[in-house]
Formats: sequence, structure tokens, C-alpha cells
Amino acid sequence: MVKIVDAPEGVEGHGFFATSLDKVIGMARANSLWPLPFATSCCGIEFMATMGSNYDLGRFGSERLSFSPRQADLLMVMGTIAKKMGPVLKQVYDQMAEPKWVIAVGACASSGGIFDTYSVLQGIDKIIPVDVYVPGCPPRPEQIIEGVMKIQELAKHESLRRRNSDEYKKMLESYNIETI
Amino acid sequence: MSAQEINNASVLEALAAEFGELIINSDEPYGFLTIEIPAEKNTAIIQWLKEHPTIKMNFLTDLCGVHFPDNKGKEIGVVYHLHSWTNNFRMRIKCFVAAATPEVPTLITLFDAANWMERETFDFYGIQFVGHPDLRRILNMDEMDYHPLLKQYALEDETRDDKDDRFFGR
Repeated sequence: MVKIVDAPEGVEGHGFFATSLDKVIGMARANSLWPLPFATSCCGIEFMATMGSNYDLGRFGSERLSFSPRQADLLMVMGTIAKKMGPVLKQVYDQMAEPKWVIAVGACASSGGIFDTYSVLQGIDKIIPVDVYVPGCPPRPEQIIEGVMKIQELAKHESLRRRNSDEYKKMLESYNIETI
Repeated sequence: MSAQEINNASVLEALAAEFGELIINSDEPYGFLTIEIPAEKNTAIIQWLKEHPTIKMNFLTDLCGVHFPDNKGKEIGVVYHLHSWTNNFRMRIKCFVAAATPEVPTLITLFDAANWMERETFDFYGIQFVGHPDLRRILNMDEMDYHPLLKQYALEDETRDDKDDRFFGR
């Protein structure tokens, strides 16, 4: 049975439906997130299972992986990020167009995990802002799906003006990310 | 000479006959011939082993550094693993230098494989391989300003402030 998402709240009558633009766009964004998988280790393997037919991230509108940051909405960082990799990750984030979300999958991406060592970045939030953290070492596909669903919730309820707000710009500047 | 005729004793004997006092000491941990030589003689001795008509140590398996801070005057070591393909014979060669002047001649003249291995050893231990054509970092980030495997530096990331030292053995 094909199941489609419910319409947002609104006023409905014979031959018309009225709602706010925020809600329509939020619904569209949330159900067509294009992820960019930045997979460096075992969490990336779990992500492959997540994309496979058993778990099937496509059910959530995210089956279209974007291997170019320019067309991606959701940066999924899965695995240990070495300090040498940090600038690369930041450049990938920079190249993504707004609106963009970031999910840190697994202990390493979230906090460095067991790699409390000189060569490993102690969490990607040291260099880019993160929206959702998925714990686990590695997390199971169900957990990754839950993380994506949390991103969907954020996308659904985000104000269209948020990305233009001073608060958002200040947040990006605190990461030394250029704003237009 | 067939494979059976090369063994630890015969190689050590040949080395002693050729180099005498330059073979500082030797050992056979787990049956693995290990000798110590002066650092400045490493190319001469390894070249002799490589070009010897019967020993034929033609392959540099590994080259790495080691740091013993308590070994005064010989803190920094470089360890070479050699392999003779024709004889299926392996041996290990160590040389040590002082931490103040960690300079060891390069082995690139003998083995091209030494190039990246020496860069890695420089990266982690700061050992200067004299004569190396391109001695720069290879694995760590270029901005790093120290050599992280020297014992005076902590293994842990120093930027963390959320870990209770009592639970992490610091």
C-alpha cells in the first residue's frame, strides 16, 4: 500500500485548501532530503545497510544520495574524522547550499569516540555546526533512521526566515564560516 | 648456496668478519637475528648485506623509529627490517642516536622504498635523515608543530576538557 504524507494543517473546503507557505515548503523539504554521505569508517557500513532494502532510507524520501555537496541538503558524517580531514569536511560543508543540515552519526563523529588522541578531531562540532547527533559505536540502522527523522522534524518546523536571521549568521561566524 | 645454508649464526659470523667492532651487539629474540650498529655506518653495512653474493638482503620490509627517553645518549632509535627473498631469511638492524642530534643517514641510495618510510619516521619522531631529498610530513597534518610519538608528548588530545582525569589514567 502506498502511503503518502498527510497535508499540513490548514483550512479546507470544496475545491480549495489554504495553509501557510512555511508549512508547505517544510513538508516538501522534509520529505525530499538529499543526503551527502561522508563515510570514513564503520558507521559508513551501517549507513550502507540503512540504504539497503531491509531498512530502506528511500521510504523517508532520502534515497537520492548526492555525492556533490552542491545538490545536497543533509550532510551525514559517519566515522572518525582525523584532524587532517577537518579542513576537507569544512570545505564540503561550505559548498553545500542553504538550507543545509548536518547529522553526526556515531561516537567518533559526535565526540571523537574512543580515539582520544592527538590526530583525531574530538567531534565534528569543533569545526561545523551539527543539528542531530546519533550515538552508538556504530549505531544500528534503526538509530540512523531515527536521526534522519529528527532532521525531518527540524526541516518541517523551520521558519523560512531562520537562515537569514542574525542569530544564524552569528552561529556560522562562530565557526569561522563565511556568510553572504 | 641453498636456502638452508644461510642462518643467524652464519650471517652474524660474516658480519663480524667484515665489520668487527662495528657490530655493537647482537641478539636473537624469538629466533630473529637482531644487531645494533652505529648510526653513521648504516648505509655501509646495509649496502654490504644487500650486495653480498650469498646473503642478498634485497628487500627493505620496514623502517621505523623508537624512543627510549631513559636510554641517555641513545634515546632515539631507527630499526630496519631486511628480507632476503632468495634465501627466505630475515633480520633486524637497530641504530641509536642522541635525542639532541637525531641525525641518521638516509637509505634512499639503496632502497627507493625508504623514501616514504623515512618521511613517516621523521613525521612521528623528528629524526633527520641526512641526504633525504624531500623530508616533510606525510601522515600528520602539515600545521602540526611537534613530533607526536616522542614520549614527552601526551597521547591524548589536549583540547578536551570534558573528561575526568581520574577515569582516564592521566
